[in-house]
Formats: sequence, structure tokens, C-alpha cells
Amino acid sequence: MKKLELTKASALLDALASGATVYAPEKTNAGSAYKKWQSGDAVCLDEVNTVKSPKEFFFPQSENLVSFLREGKKIEIVDDRWEGEDFIVFGARPCDVRSLDILDRVFLNDPVDTFYAARRSHGVIFTLACTAPGETCFCTAFGIGPAAVCGDVMMYTAGGSLYMDAQTEKGTAALERVSDMLSDCGESDEKAVDDAVDSVNAIMEKAPLAGLSLDAFKGDTTKKFFDSEKWQELSAPCIGCGTCTFVCPTCQCYDIREFDTGHGIKRFRCWDSCMYSDFTKMAGGNPRTTQLERFRQRFMHKLVYYPVNNDGIYSCVGCGRCLAKCPAHLNIVKVIKALGGSNE
Amino acid sequence: MQKTVEMIKAKCAELLADGTVRAVIAWRDGEFSYDKAPGFFTAEDIGSLCYDCTCAPNLSKYLVKEAKKEGRVAVLLKPCDTFSFNQLLTEHRIDREKVYVITIPCTGKVDIEKIRDAGVRGITSLEETDDGNITVHTMYGDKTFEKNDVKLARCFYCKGSADIEADFNAMEEKKAPADSDRLEEVRRLEAMTAEERYDYWRGELSRCIRCNACRNVCPACTCEKCVFDNDQSGVASKANANTFEESMFHIIRAYHVAGRCTDCGECSRVCPQRIPLHLLNRKFIKDIDDNYGEYQAGMEAGTLSPVTAYTKEDADPSEAVFMKNGGEG
Repeated sequence: MKKLELTKASALLDALASGATVYAPEKTNAGSAYKKWQSGDAVCLDEVNTVKSPKEFFFPQSENLVSFLREGKKIEIVDDRWEGEDFIVFGARPCDVRSLDILDRVFLNDPVDTFYAARRSHGVIFTLACTAPGETCFCTAFGIGPAAVCGDVMMYTAGGSLYMDAQTEKGTAALERVSDMLSDCGESDEKAVDDAVDSVNAIMEKAPLAGLSLDAFKGDTTKKFFDSEKWQELSAPCIGCGTCTFVCPTCQCYDIREFDTGHGIKRFRCWDSCMYSDFTKMAGGNPRTTQLERFRQRFMHKLVYYPVNNDGIYSCVGCGRCLAKCPAHLNIVKVIKALGGSNE
Repeated sequence: MQKTVEMIKAKCAELLADGTVRAVIAWRDGEFSYDKAPGFFTAEDIGSLCYDCTCAPNLSKYLVKEAKKEGRVAVLLKPCDTFSFNQLLTEHRIDREKVYVITIPCTGKVDIEKIRDAGVRGITSLEETDDGNITVHTMYGDKTFEKNDVKLARCFYCKGSADIEADFNAMEEKKAPADSDRLEEVRRLEAMTAEERYDYWRGELSRCIRCNACRNVCPACTCEKCVFDNDQSGVASKANANTFEESMFHIIRAYHVAGRCTDCGECSRVCPQRIPLHLLNRKFIKDIDDNYGEYQAGMEAGTLSPVTAYTKEDADPSEAVFMKNGGEG
């Protein structure tokens, strides 16, 4: 483990940014958001969550797939995908980092999504353990925890220092590049980090949603929950926007569209939302014609369909963004509780 | 306020029991007391109806669907929601006979984001004290705010109550408008140079994630199928194919609701990126006021907005808008 003074975090980011594009959380007019780091920027490491998760660096909201250029009778097909260069995501919370495991199972399983794979291989993640979880946090319900070790470099803040522990070869290489700024850790440092981890775990244990249990969702509960009468009341206030989907670190559905540039066609993919009325629109019609069905789909996917197909792993990391952002105050916790999950 | 809530609850229970209405649209408790959700109540669960300084959602838009169903539905309307309700009646989106209107008092709503901006984390509950302060209970201790410091922006410019015939009035007296100038922020933007204004809006709108929350919550956006959701329209856009598109979406939407927007402020309340979308609408409100005389959409049901009622005295658009801005547009 290495360390540096927390006040030198900006200098560290400057140094990291000299060899790769760095994205770090900064304060904006709307909470904190990842920004491309530029010298002179101020890093914000004390917000629980950014508004959008770092998912977008691996699975952008909108991404070019291919272009078609026409000249006379010839059509040229141009592969204009992202070329790929190394980048660093700095200060991602454990819940957000663990959400990538969920996306990996979708995009990196055969057939591999080469667009996602390229960004995954170029990305280096500096995870930052939480120090003050919010009331909307429930990562422990999914076995994560506010100081869960994950990413390429695991970071902790304690006693005015920023501690960094490389977890992967990529992480070791990234720290190597800035090694002259870092100092080695001694026993007292190890203890400071252990104490910080114990402290945040203790806070999390007392968080209002810490006891959320998903026992009711164990096994294949498709039939049990699909026809539940609860969906009516749960979905009634839903206004059918895509907020929950777009702030969610694990939502992965996309649409492929084409755009007439005036001198050719650009084919791109963009995030889609199962809350949208045309999400399942096909040539033969639309099997989900009501908001109840769309709402049910979103939560069944996260709590039932995904785990049934992925060794019981739920497609939620408990980041709490849907609790904070839904215009009608609906969220996955309400659904879990209404369908039989308990909070003890 | 608690007495009033009990009275409202009793009235709703009575309406459900005697079959006057089949459901009541009100608010239901959430996880943390500040996140009360719109709810549809029946006789079985009307006891869990709640109402306080955190019940910000405007319930009037739910009526577009609910009033199409069999039977009558009761709705709780705060003073600002009465404007939206009137406007929906004007646009024939709601059959008045199908709705039982309960007008309820409001002393301003709390903006949880302002409390978070003040550095407060882990908010487990909050309450309005008798002296009008807001006490916030958190995982890290309690904190008390003056309500004005944490009020929703729209409440500083409260329009009071519209002219409405309620079926049951739970307000002691008609709410008067706030003594403030809601167009002051628009004037501030107008005073900028075109370039500064462009930069301001590009900065704000660049955060847009196209979640459509502003559109879907808007009581003036009641098209069965939005042009932006229609594959056949040629402008359907789920994502921003270029950086100007999110601006176009919001500007076109503001044009579409011009003269119909009551300034309820829901668009800005729900925006996950906290874009001050209501300022686009207020610009239109100001221009309409300046060019056609003062007009408040939804003040009473059945009135024609100046942009839909042509008169020979109407201002010439090119003179009224273009020249006034020194030809800058």
C-alpha cells in the first residue's frame, strides 16, 4: 500500500493525467459528476454518489457503431468506432465498480461486445472506499459494503492521507507511473486504514436500509412474482420517464438507431429504457402496452430474470440513485419490500 | 396542519365509503418521510394518506388517465396545482364531472437537494416544526433549517390559488400570491449578451440525459404520442446524436407549451440534473405578457391564451421580438 497527503490529490491527478485521460468527480450545479480532469480542476471526493454512474465510460449513452458514405452508386462502409486509448476512472465508489461485474456478464460473454470490451481493457479504475454512506445506500444487501475491495487500485481516506493499494497489474502499472509522489506505508498506516474501514462498516450497519433482505427472491421466483397483484399499486404513480434507468449503474439495454448526416448515414447505439413506451415495439406490434408491464419488467429483470440466469447475482448494487432521483419517489427498495423482502 | 390532514382524510374516507368516488389521488409515505409518492387510495388504505411540506408532486396530470376510467375520482390539489387543473379542463383533457376536487392548503414545499447542498448526508426523516422551521434527522445527527433556506425554488414565486370551484375546500382562505417577481431571473438572462446567454444555456442543457422526466411530468405535455417518441416523425431521438440536440428538445418543448404552461415548476423539480427548465417557459410567459398583455394560463378554466386568440391589435412578431432585441434575435 502507498500513500500521499490528501491535499495533494489534485497534484496526483495532474500526474496521472499526463499519461492517460483521467475522469474524476467534480462539483457541478447538480451534485457531483465525472469530468475529464484538467490541471486546475478541484476534485470532489466527499459526495456519496455522482448523479450518473461511471458506467458511461464503458458503455456510453450514445456510441458510434458504423457509418455508410454514398458516392454515386458506391457505398463505403466506415468502421468509426472509438479507437481506444488508456483512461483512468478516479474515485469510483465500490457499488459502482461492482456494477461492472454485472455488465461484464452481459457484454463479455459470448458473443463478446467488442465495443464494450475495448473500453473495459483500456480503463483503469481507482476505487474509493466510502466514509459517510447516505440514507439511500444499501450495497450491503448485495454483499458489497462501503469499503469492498475492488477495481484496479483500492483507495481509502484516513487521517488526512489518501491510501492506495494496487489490486491488478493495470493498477500496479498506474501507481508505478506516479511512484515518486507516493510514500510507503508502515504499520500505523495499515491500522489507520483498518480503523477507517471498521468505522464506515459500523455506520453502514446502522443505515436505514442496511437490513434489507432479498431472501424472498432466492431461487426461480418468476411465476410467483410475475403475476403479483402488487404491481398495480407499485407502478400506478410511475410517469414512464427514463430517470431510474439512466442513473442506474447496472441498466444495460440499448437501442440501435441511424442518423442521416446529410452526406451519409451514421449508425449508433444509445441507452434505452424499458420504461419507454416503444421499448419493445417490433414490426409485429408491442407486447408491453401498459406502464404496469414496463415497470414490472424493469424490476423483474433486476431481481428475478438476471439472477436466474447469472448464478443468483442480482442486477442491483444498492447505490441508491433511483431512490434519490425518481420524480414520483418509486424505487427498487419499495418493490423489494412490497414483494416480500424484509428490512430488519 | 395536522388537523387539516385529519379533516382531509376523514372527507376522503367518507367519499370512498358512500361511493361518491372510486379512488382518491393523494400522497403515500415513502422510505424516509421526505419522499412521499403520489398514491391511488381506496377505502382499505385511505388511512395511510399523508400530506406535509414534502408533498411536492403535482397530482393533476394523473387525472388525464384516471378521469377516462369508469366512475369518479377525487384528487388533492395544492394551490399551484389548481392552475394546472384549470388548464387541463380548458384543453378538454379532463372531464370535470369525473373528478371530485379537494383543494388543500400549502405553506411551501421543501427541496431535499437544497438540504443536501448544505452538506447534510444520511437524511432519514424531516419535519416542519410549529415555528415553521425544518428539522432534519440524519444518520449523523440532527440539523434545523429556516424553511426559506430549503424551500423549493418555485415556492418563492408562489402564484397563490387559481379561480376554481372545488367540490370540497380544505383551505381556510384562498392562497394569495407571494410578494415576489417571478420574472426577475428571466430579466437577468435577457440582460446578458446573446453569446453569454448561449453559453449559459449550453452549460445547463449539456447536462441533459434525455430521460424525459420533464416532459412526462408536465401537465401541459399531454399528447398521446410525443413527436420525439414517434419513429415516423423523423425527429425521434432517444439520445443526442449531436451536442445541439438536447437544446433543441427543450426549446421545442418550451415552444409547444407556450401560452399553456402555468409555471407549476414540475419540470425543474424532477430534473435529475437540476437544469432550470422553468426559465425557458418563463421567458415565453414574459414575452406573452409584454406583447399581448398579462396572462396567467390556468387562472380560470375555459380562457383562450393570447397565442391562440388572434386579434387585429396583436403585436407583429418581427417587430415585437426581433427588433426589440436590437436585431440579435
